[in-house]
Amino acid sequence: MDRIASLGRVGLDVVATVGRAGRFLAGVLTGVSRPSVGFPLLVRQLYSVGVLSLAIVVVSGLFIGMVLGLQGYTILSDYGSEAAIGQMIALTLVRELGPVVTALLFAGRAGSALTAEIGLMKATEQLSSMEMMGVDPLRRVIAPRLWAGFIAMPILAAIFSVVGIWGGMLVGVEWLGVFEGSFWGNMQSSVSFTQDVLNGVIKTVVFGFVFSWIAVFQGYDCVPTSAGISSATTKTVVYSSLAVLGLDFVLTAVMFGDF
Amino acid sequence: MDSGAYITLRDVVFSRSGRRIFDGVSLDIPRGKITAIMGPSGTGKTTLLRLIGGQLRPDSGSIVVAGESVPQLKRKALYTLREKMGMLFQSGALFTDLSVFENVAFPLRVHTALPEDMIRDIVLMKLEAVGLRGARRLMPAELSGGMTRRVALARSIALDPELIMYDEPFAGQDPIAMGVLVKLIRDLNLSMGLTSVLVSHDVPESLSICHYACIVADGQIIGEGTPEELRQHPSERVQQFLNGHPDGPVPFHYPADDAGVDWGLGGGSA
Repeated sequence: MDRIASLGRVGLDVVATVGRAGRFLAGVLTGVSRPSVGFPLLVRQLYSVGVLSLAIVVVSGLFIGMVLGLQGYTILSDYGSEAAIGQMIALTLVRELGPVVTALLFAGRAGSALTAEIGLMKATEQLSSMEMMGVDPLRRVIAPRLWAGFIAMPILAAIFSVVGIWGGMLVGVEWLGVFEGSFWGNMQSSVSFTQDVLNGVIKTVVFGFVFSWIAVFQGYDCVPTSAGISSATTKTVVYSSLAVLGLDFVLTAVMFGDF
Repeated sequence: MDSGAYITLRDVVFSRSGRRIFDGVSLDIPRGKITAIMGPSGTGKTTLLRLIGGQLRPDSGSIVVAGESVPQLKRKALYTLREKMGMLFQSGALFTDLSVFENVAFPLRVHTALPEDMIRDIVLMKLEAVGLRGARRLMPAELSGGMTRRVALARSIALDPELIMYDEPFAGQDPIAMGVLVKLIRDLNLSMGLTSVLVSHDVPESLSICHYACIVADGQIIGEGTPEELRQHPSERVQQFLNGHPDGPVPFHYPADDAGVDWGLGGGSA
C-alpha cells in the first residue's frame, strides 16, 4: 500500500508542477511591459543569453562540420560518391544536428545560467523585494529571459549550421580535394527551402520555447536554498535535453515521416 | 475598523504544508506609530508581514491595509497598493548587479517619470538620511551587513511610502550597527510620519522604540499593548519571552520519551 501511496504522491506532484508551470507561463506571456522598459531589458538578456553563447556554438559547429566532412568522405568514397558530401553535410546539419546540438549546448550553457540566476535572486529575496516595491518579477525578470532564449535559439542554430557547413567544406574541399563545384552544386540542388530549411527553423523555434520555459520556471519554482538551486539547475539541463530529444523525434516523424 | 488603524487583521487563519501558522489572529496596527511584532523564532512573524503585503493569502479572515482588503485585490491593484509600502528584508535583498545608487534609484525609475537630475537628488537625499551618501558608488558585495540594511532602508523609503515593514532589522548586527538602525527607525517614523511595523525577537531594542507591541506564539497573539503594559502583563509566557527565561511555559526540553527508556535504565524498549 505504501508503494501505491508514494506512486500517487509522485503523480500528484507531477500534475501540480505542470499546473504551476502552465500558470507561470500564462502570467509571463500576458504581462506585457511598456516597450520603453521591456526592450532594453530584452536586449541585455539577448546579449547575456545569446551573444555569450556564440563561442561555444561556433566552435562546436565548426568541429561537428569537420567531423561530418571526414566521416562522409570515408563512407561516400567507397561508392565513388564523394561529390555528394556537400549535400550530406548540409542536410544533416539543417534538418537534425543544427537544431538538436544547438539546443543541447544552449541548455547546458545558457539554461543552467538562467536557472541559477533566477534561483539565487529568489534565495536572496530579490524577487520578493521587487514584488514589495510594486514591480512584477514575472514582467521585469522572467519575461525578458524567456523571450531572449526564444529569440536567440533559432539564430544560434542558423549560425551553427552555417559554420558547420563551412567546416565540412574545409575538410572536404580544401583538405580531401572534393571538387568545389560539386560540393556546392549538389548542396544547392538537393536542399529544399520549405522541406529542409523551414522545417529546421520550426524545430529550433519549438526547442527554444520549451528550453526557455523549463529554464526560467525551474529557477522561479526552486526551493530557495543552495541545495534547491543546485537541484533546479540539474533539472533544467536534464529536462531540457530530454524534451529536445523527445520533441525532435515527434517533429521529425511529423515533418519527414511521409513513408 | 478602528479609524486610527492603518492595518486591521480579523480572525486570520493561515496554514502551510499542513501546519496551522495562525489560528484566528486579530490585530489593529495604528497609523503613524511604530508597532513591534515579537515572538519566538518560527512563530510566523515574517509570514504575518507577507500576509499584510499580499505575498501570501490567508485561508480565512480579513486583512485591510489603507482601507483595501488585501486578499481580495486583483494583481494590478495589489501592485498599486504596494507602491505605498516599503519593506526592509532581513537579508537586505539588494540587487547584486546594481550599485548602491542604482539600487535606491530603482523604484524611482520604475514608478516615476522624473528627470535624471531629480532622481539623483532624491537618491542622494535618501542615502544621506541613512548616512551612506559617500557609499553610492559601491556594489552590494562591498558593503557590511549593517550598511546593506541601511541601503535597503534608503531604497524602501525612496518613494516616500505610507507604511514600512521591517523584517528582523537587528538580527546579526553588532552593537553599533544595531544602535544606528534603532535610531534610523525612530527618526524616520518621526520625520516622515510613517506607519512602521517592526518584526523582531530583540526585545530591548524593539520595546525601546515602539509605541505598541504584540507577542505572537502558537498561532495566536498572546499579549499586546504599550511597552509598559507588556512589561506588566500577567501571562507567564509573555514574561518568559520578555525576560528570556530558559524554562517555563515554553519548556527547555523538547518532548521526549522517559529518559530511563533512552538510557536503558528502566522498562520498555527504545
